[in-house]
Amino acid sequence: MEEKQPQIDLLQKKFYFSDWIAKIIIKTVAFVSFISIILIFLFVFREAFPLFSYQPDKMSYKEEELEQEVYGEEHIEIVTPDKSEKKLSAQNASEEEKSIWDNIFSTIWEPISSKPKYGIIPLVIGSFKVTLIAILIAAPIGILSALFTSMFAPKWTKEILKPAIEILAGFPSVVIGFFALIVMASFLQNLLGYQYRLNAFVGGIAMSLAVIPIIYTVTEDSLSAVPQSYIEASLALGAEKWQTALFVVLPAATPGIFAAVLLGIGRAFGETMIVLMATGNAALMSLSIFEPVRTMSATIGAEMAEVVFGELHYNILFFLGSVLFLFTFTLNAIAEFYVRNRLLKKFGGEK
Amino acid sequence: MKKYILSIITLVTIFLSLFAKEVITVKGSDTMVILAQRWAEVYMKKNKNVVIQVTGGGSGTGISALINGTTDICNSSRPMKKEEKIKLKEKYGSPGIEIKVAVDGLSIYVNEKNPINELSVEQVRDIYTGKINNWKEVGGPDAKIIRYSRENNSGTYVYFKDEVLLGADFHPSTQNLPGTAAVVNAVSKDKNGIGYGGAAYGKGIKELKIKKDSNSPAYAPTIENIRKGLYPISRFLYMYTRTKPEGEVKKFIDWVLSEEGQKVVSQVGYFPIR
Repeated sequence: MEEKQPQIDLLQKKFYFSDWIAKIIIKTVAFVSFISIILIFLFVFREAFPLFSYQPDKMSYKEEELEQEVYGEEHIEIVTPDKSEKKLSAQNASEEEKSIWDNIFSTIWEPISSKPKYGIIPLVIGSFKVTLIAILIAAPIGILSALFTSMFAPKWTKEILKPAIEILAGFPSVVIGFFALIVMASFLQNLLGYQYRLNAFVGGIAMSLAVIPIIYTVTEDSLSAVPQSYIEASLALGAEKWQTALFVVLPAATPGIFAAVLLGIGRAFGETMIVLMATGNAALMSLSIFEPVRTMSATIGAEMAEVVFGELHYNILFFLGSVLFLFTFTLNAIAEFYVRNRLLKKFGGEK
Repeated sequence: MKKYILSIITLVTIFLSLFAKEVITVKGSDTMVILAQRWAEVYMKKNKNVVIQVTGGGSGTGISALINGTTDICNSSRPMKKEEKIKLKEKYGSPGIEIKVAVDGLSIYVNEKNPINELSVEQVRDIYTGKINNWKEVGGPDAKIIRYSRENNSGTYVYFKDEVLLGADFHPSTQNLPGTAAVVNAVSKDKNGIGYGGAAYGKGIKELKIKKDSNSPAYAPTIENIRKGLYPISRFLYMYTRTKPEGEVKKFIDWVLSEEGQKVVSQVGYFPIR
């Protein structure tokens, strides 16, 4: 290595203008993508920030001042339901004004209301419930099929199977959600006979379809990184193929598999479209997997289009966004830096 | 070479002719998006100098766009909220102009296998707020009621909450689905389901007759019943502008309110304003 070094220097001494331009362009592009991620990061937190200095209601206008002008006055009379009886909001009026943080850490999510309730706890539970179901289904399937393709599958099967599963990773999640909404939900309800057609279970299964390819791909990579000598040694000692696969190759690749599962959790946690369509979106506090749930990501997806910019509701949606972001960011960071390093050290040795 | 020049020239002229036209943007309610598109089509056919761009997204989305200044006219299937008027007033000095453009009956639907044919407004309210949980309590089979609702960016959701539930909160088990079509689909597949929305012609569901209170007769959401003021859950559909309509926008709105514009309303399945 070291003798070659001066030669490269010699080559680089000559200045090529085109080379310089290309370098600048590539550097700029890389820099822009990095900066834009940082800017999104900052933006999300900035929009959530007013929560911390939130002051409850300042009413600056009187009723009359907000009277709208009417245009095109001629119209028929219609009836709306009888309003003579007192609005049921008496139920709301009896409640005391809660501080904003008490409101956020309560258990009811009802943002469009005379007294808006922004309890995020059911949303957090919902996100975790769906993620857990998805991972419990996707992790075994993804890991075992990766083990199959890397250890047992004949070459031609591997050549079909691997790209096929990887293509599944590019499957639009809205299509998976649609499929879950129309087909899977009815099928599972007929099969298992539970009460709610759309629930956490259906959402979790649909989500696992999106997560399996991620777990599969990363696991496959780490399995094929296990040195051939491990396998040969195991076989030489008289272990059968399945014993080698389960007790030698799989443990050796544990850090990589761990990373795969973490990435899968990150994806499931942040995925929006599938849960928005398949889980029923009811903000329930329950641990049953056969009841509808509302996840944080689906809440943002469904409500962001509606809010008035700068309102409390808007800030709270961004707060949810920050929570999601921090969670997936931490998971991905752990997967990326810590686990990969361990894996490399394990097989790379101290060079 | 000549070909290229010619095609570039034609492209440029097409672009220029587009820019020469007056563009009106209309945004908002998903309930009204088909209606607004029909209006735009018919109006543009008659007035070649105007281009009307219609997009949906929900009433709240449209009003936000009006406040943020990205649309000329906003469609809404509910009246504007106080906070929204305040925002408009702060930004433009006036809380906006309200134009009632059509009437819509809100239907309550159940699965076609459900033996129930009518409910009172109060029963619907009790079902959605969680006081009634079993179909048995309103004269149906012994089965749990599965409640379906629209997402809360929908004007229909807000209207239903304000007018039918009288401001009370939905029961937490109410499932929020994106779009009337999703609600209709869910109810058609769920024999214990109940849902609400604009007039819908889906397979597998039926629209309930609604009683104003427990003593009055029940009426179906038909045009006659709504015009005569008999069907108890009707609502106006609105257009909002920031300032008093002027120029092409005024012409368009006047046309919408005219007999011709109102004919389109009945063609699409809503009810004319006069």
